Amino acid sequence: MGCAKRIIPCLDVTDGRVVKGVNFLELRDAGDPVEIAQRYNDQGADELTFLDITASSDNRDLILHIIERVAEQIFIPLTVGGGVRKVEDVRRLLNAGADKVSINTTAVLNPQVVEDAASRFGSQCIVVAIDAKKVDNQPFEWEVFTHGGRNATGLDAVKWAQKMVSLGAGELLVTSMDRDGTKIGFNNPLNKAISDAVDVPLIASGGVGNLQHLVDGVTLGGADAVLAASIFHYGEFTVQQAKDYMREHGLEIR
Amino acid sequence: MSRLQVAIVDYGMGNLRSVANAFKAVAPSISIAVTSDPTQIAQAERVVFPGQGAMPDCIRELDARDLRQAVIAATQEKPFLGICIGLQMLFEHSEEGDVPGLGVYRGEVKRFPADKMHDAQGAKLKVPHMGWSQVHQTQAHALWAEIPDQSRFYYVHSYYVAPAEPTLTAATTAYPFDYTGAIARDNVFAVQFHPEKSANAGLQLLRNFVHWKP
Repeated sequence: MGCAKRIIPCLDVTDGRVVKGVNFLELRDAGDPVEIAQRYNDQGADELTFLDITASSDNRDLILHIIERVAEQIFIPLTVGGGVRKVEDVRRLLNAGADKVSINTTAVLNPQVVEDAASRFGSQCIVVAIDAKKVDNQPFEWEVFTHGGRNATGLDAVKWAQKMVSLGAGELLVTSMDRDGTKIGFNNPLNKAISDAVDVPLIASGGVGNLQHLVDGVTLGGADAVLAASIFHYGEFTVQQAKDYMREHGLEIR
Repeated sequence: MSRLQVAIVDYGMGNLRSVANAFKAVAPSISIAVTSDPTQIAQAERVVFPGQGAMPDCIRELDARDLRQAVIAATQEKPFLGICIGLQMLFEHSEEGDVPGLGVYRGEVKRFPADKMHDAQGAKLKVPHMGWSQVHQTQAHALWAEIPDQSRFYYVHSYYVAPAEPTLTAATTAYPFDYTGAIARDNVFAVQFHPEKSANAGLQLLRNFVHWKP
């Protein structure tokens, strides 16, 4: 009964290629986005997320062409994020074939974009991505960071999540910056605090190193979906292996 | 202009490309178009009525393009597939924005009630209901051909239809209570889930629709 916990491979894309970094740095090439998307689809991925981490504005439109090509061949939900600054950016990504658009830094700089995009296109397609880090210089535990983790905002991640939902976010993608690329597992206390505080689905991200981490993300972190990149890109595990493992551990899986 | 085999009704709410892409993948040789032209819809062999966003906006935009009659006429005379809000709009009324629907069928579109959204273990169930849930086929139908009962389809919604006539229901999904996941009556079939995003099971349903002779 209910809804299967989703497994979402994440493809970080720059200049038309999939890459993976460690702690937001040291990018390594992991392949062609359409080929990788097709492979994950064949393995039973429940959804795909593309994060455009292209630095230069010259190559920004490459992501649109990638999404167009993927959407012609792959019939599962596609989320695209990275560099979304205006409602117009959301529209272009949806028109290219994205089902959901993820908004991160812009949500902090200009929350109105989240509200406007949700009211224009529906909450179902607006994901707010929150990059959070544990801090000891604030009256709260986890602080929101922007610009790929470089800038502190002074915002409490849990309260920020609630605010984003009140503005119309239909889903939250929560990345623990302490964990991203480390392979030591999701930040389950962070995810649990946010998941308990909102009604919309939460996607856990950052830190997966083995399949038990995916299970823990759901059972300990209260995640509705788990996102991972490197364990799938470098062939350590297939999506199918991840699904089998989660099913064997009592989770509802497609 | 030659007669379309599949017309996807476009009333300006969101992107219909994924629906068109999915039909092209399962039936590459048929003529298919996304259209807001009532004449083209009236002449099409089959009509697909998708929808996303909020129902009040959908109804308003439908009327702004003068498409209400073309859609109602299609439900009366040709193979018709409603998807998501395209299912919800066929009913009399929605709690979302307290607006009337097209009234093709009697019944209400309701929001998932906050006090019931927990599973048997007491864990909170999220709204929107977003993800892959099992679809239990409650009546035999040509659109279920080659799709095993309890297959999972992709859902994204906060409201569900409660038909006044229980016999309209063609499938149920439990989240956490059984609600109507699909309806069927004569030449009309409509689903709450998104077949265009439901991988192989969804593509099979679209393939079945293209070949359906009600």
